[in-house]
Amino acid sequence: MASRRDFIKISALGIGGMALGAGALKLLAEDSTFDPFSPITQFSRIPTYCEVCFWKCAGWTYTDDKGKIVKVIGNDEDPHCNGRLCPRGTGGIGMYYDEDRLLTPLVRVSENGKQTFRQASWEEALGIVAENLKKIADKYGPESLALFKHGSSGHYFEQLVKAYGSGNIVSPSYAQCRGPREVGWKATFGTTVGSPEPTDIRDTRCLVLIGSHIGENMHNGQVQEMSEAIDRGADIITVDPRYSTAASKSRHWLPIKPATDLALLLAWIHVIINEELYDKGYVEQYTFGFDRLKQHVRRMTPEWAYGITGIQPKAIRETARLMGSAAPSVIVHPGRHVTWYGDDTQRSRAIAILNALLGSWGRRGGFYFDESVRLPEFPIPEFPEPKWDWRATLDGRFPLAATGISNAMIEASIPKEGKDSRIKGWFVSGTNLPLTIPNRPQLEEAIQALDFMVVVDTMPMEVTGYADVVLPECTYFERYDELRTSPHREPYLALRMPAAAPKGDSKPAWWIAKQIAEKLGLGSYFPYEDFKEVLDWQLKQVGSSLEEMQKAGVKQFERRSPLYLKENEPFTFRTSTGKIELYSKEFEQYGFAPLPNYTPHPEPPDNYYRLNYGRAPMHTFSRTSNNPNLTDLMDENDLWVNPKVARIWGMKNGQEVWLRNQDGVISSFPIKVRITERIRWDSVYMVHGFGHNNKKLSRAFGKGASDSELITNPVPDPIMGGTGMRGTFVTFLLEEPIKAVES
Amino acid sequence: MRYAMAIDTKKCVGCSDCVVACQIENNVPVGYCRDWVTETVHGSYPNLELELRSERCNHCDNAPCVRCCPTGASYIAEGGIVLVEGDKCIGCGACIESCPYDARFSHPEGYVDKCTFCIHRVRKGQEPACVSACPTHCMYFGDLDDPASDISRVLKNRKYKVLAPEAGTKPQVYYLV
Ligand code: SF4
Repeated sequence: MASRRDFIKISALGIGGMALGAGALKLLAEDSTFDPFSPITQFSRIPTYCEVCFWKCAGWTYTDDKGKIVKVIGNDEDPHCNGRLCPRGTGGIGMYYDEDRLLTPLVRVSENGKQTFRQASWEEALGIVAENLKKIADKYGPESLALFKHGSSGHYFEQLVKAYGSGNIVSPSYAQCRGPREVGWKATFGTTVGSPEPTDIRDTRCLVLIGSHIGENMHNGQVQEMSEAIDRGADIITVDPRYSTAASKSRHWLPIKPATDLALLLAWIHVIINEELYDKGYVEQYTFGFDRLKQHVRRMTPEWAYGITGIQPKAIRETARLMGSAAPSVIVHPGRHVTWYGDDTQRSRAIAILNALLGSWGRRGGFYFDESVRLPEFPIPEFPEPKWDWRATLDGRFPLAATGISNAMIEASIPKEGKDSRIKGWFVSGTNLPLTIPNRPQLEEAIQALDFMVVVDTMPMEVTGYADVVLPECTYFERYDELRTSPHREPYLALRMPAAAPKGDSKPAWWIAKQIAEKLGLGSYFPYEDFKEVLDWQLKQVGSSLEEMQKAGVKQFERRSPLYLKENEPFTFRTSTGKIELYSKEFEQYGFAPLPNYTPHPEPPDNYYRLNYGRAPMHTFSRTSNNPNLTDLMDENDLWVNPKVARIWGMKNGQEVWLRNQDGVISSFPIKVRITERIRWDSVYMVHGFGHNNKKLSRAFGKGASDSELITNPVPDPIMGGTGMRGTFVTFLLEEPIKAVES
Repeated sequence: MRYAMAIDTKKCVGCSDCVVACQIENNVPVGYCRDWVTETVHGSYPNLELELRSERCNHCDNAPCVRCCPTGASYIAEGGIVLVEGDKCIGCGACIESCPYDARFSHPEGYVDKCTFCIHRVRKGQEPACVSACPTHCMYFGDLDDPASDISRVLKNRKYKVLAPEAGTKPQVYYLV
């Protein structure tokens, strides 16, 4: 029965405090020294910044009198978190305590015709890595090594790979996530959005979220500021086919038909221009191409958009007027994970244009000009010039890609039509490719074709299963790392230092990179014994020291220029015209539409539903889904299904179903149905990052389904190579499908 | 002195930081919890309302769990905080049955456990762990007898409700609506 009032516990088994599973219980029960009124007595606190997500909140790791890590809390002085971590950050200690962690180097061996991993010493494992990297360099040239990276550790391997002679460095966070918005923004404002986004939510009068689910994505400072905005009575407008948490906090929720966002954006632009709601002084002084834009959108009326988006013309006008009356204290949020349909750079352009018309860029309550500390690089020799780099793997496609495209790198690793592949070896750090990259069969084909693959991780993620050598990295609680320099309203530095010795035989990434470098005769690129020396040297260049930072954790510096544009201040934007380009000269030059257009995208066939995916506040990608503290909050994803759809299929709440996509790919595991009015009848929704198939992840294995596995037809963004991933259609299998038996 | 908590449902995003912060602060074994988050949806697409709530022991003025405890292990401490003395608890479970909020559970070590409003922190002048962790600042804790406290102010200025008022327990966790 479809209920009009769902009552669902979303976290933590409140009722009756039932046990989750004996395995999980043992973990803390073992060392529980239980005293309900004074659980922890003596503390010392050690500065860190969080590595559970890219927000990198600064905090304090607390250890008890025996030196055991007991908790981590936010640093009050840090603008990323204002003293409060998100649930993932608070539960981050689970990364340290996870008993499934990688604790020794592993090397692939054949035993009785079966491949398996054998534990190895560092000396042996590093020797194998160095030997294979040498072979690749000798045989194909060092350019044939690619690095896939994410997170803090990537930096050291980037140094290593560059020193070795390759420029083939890619971060899936570009092509699989925020690349399109950076390109769209750069084309418009001459600068990228960056991270954290410089959204002045704290002081905004109107926040527009289009597919951005703040509150489910716990980008900490933004969540906090949105909460402040709610308190102040700011208008929030949320565009989402799903009734997201943010939608429920909004004055206006526009339940848009999926894949039609650009039509809505263009209609908003139409209303804002035609009703003269735009910031005239700003547009005149700072922008280029207004008349062409006006001409371009003249027929893109709310009535036109209604037919496409399903949003009532009245609602489109009303929300446009709200934005106009709040301008320039208005934020049309650029979003973060924006790789949806392959025209994402154009959609990001439309969002940027809207902000430009409202005059919000560089204005209070809109977007501030962020600043970071300019930290001198520790002196090392110059890197050799590679003969070719990631640009060659694009084969003339994606001319505005600003960095390597993961999928192009993967293609370049596959021999084609009798031609050998360009890429022969992979170095992977901190990114679980099988649960990140769309089109898994292609990924597997590439990996099979490699001469050598080494993976550095803290956990036995799926990607480690493909490696020849697995190197165990210690967690962020057990190492020094680079200083955090991310920009904010004021420039800040934050220090991460170890609160405990590395568990088992795990090591910090800087150490691993340095050892490999030395074995390759590249030791001069890592001219230090301990990474502390680098930090102290860098800090002294900016008038601080390691000692000072060890006490304070974060340090604020002076801004060099104002936070906002001054009234009528002359300002040159870093575009070809020096203006904010409503009409993009750059796109025109490369043969792309200089003004964004709406193009229809494929619709799900009968009995298929669009697979949308997103985040839960307790998890980050697939990296947290084995964390004992966080799986305790949420240990699997579920599939949101509209009650009408459930009725047609005869599905019950909590029932397990398998999913089959338009290409016949079936989910490895079943997923539980969650019947809810919060989702449209034409789509289903799941949280990303579940459905792990590595048994070594004892809590995560087989829990829920993987969206990534089902995304087999990514639509490339011709401008910059992003992979549109919201064009997956799935249908339900109510019975367990018959599959080949796994050994 | 009357300690109470108010939770702003307009701001809560249901992230469960309160849950994990409590588990870690109070060394609650993994698999158990003293606070939790609920989601309530009203209406049908697209006319919907959603309420997310962080719930816990309501530290009731008229606490059925204390009344029904055969050993006196459940008692009311300073400021109205309802506590369980683990040593006196025989684990009979009568209090678990009597609580209309399902706020109590059997700890694997054989006694009944629940939220303490982090009395060990409150005594030191700190806020409960959940309140101090919440990234949305949606939780208020303090003394209702002090008209200048945040909680008194917020309850004076905002509409609020309590859970299961019909149970007559006089709960002291308030939900701002
Ligand atoms: S937002 Fe959460 S997970 Fe991300 S860095 Fe901050 S505390 Fe860590």
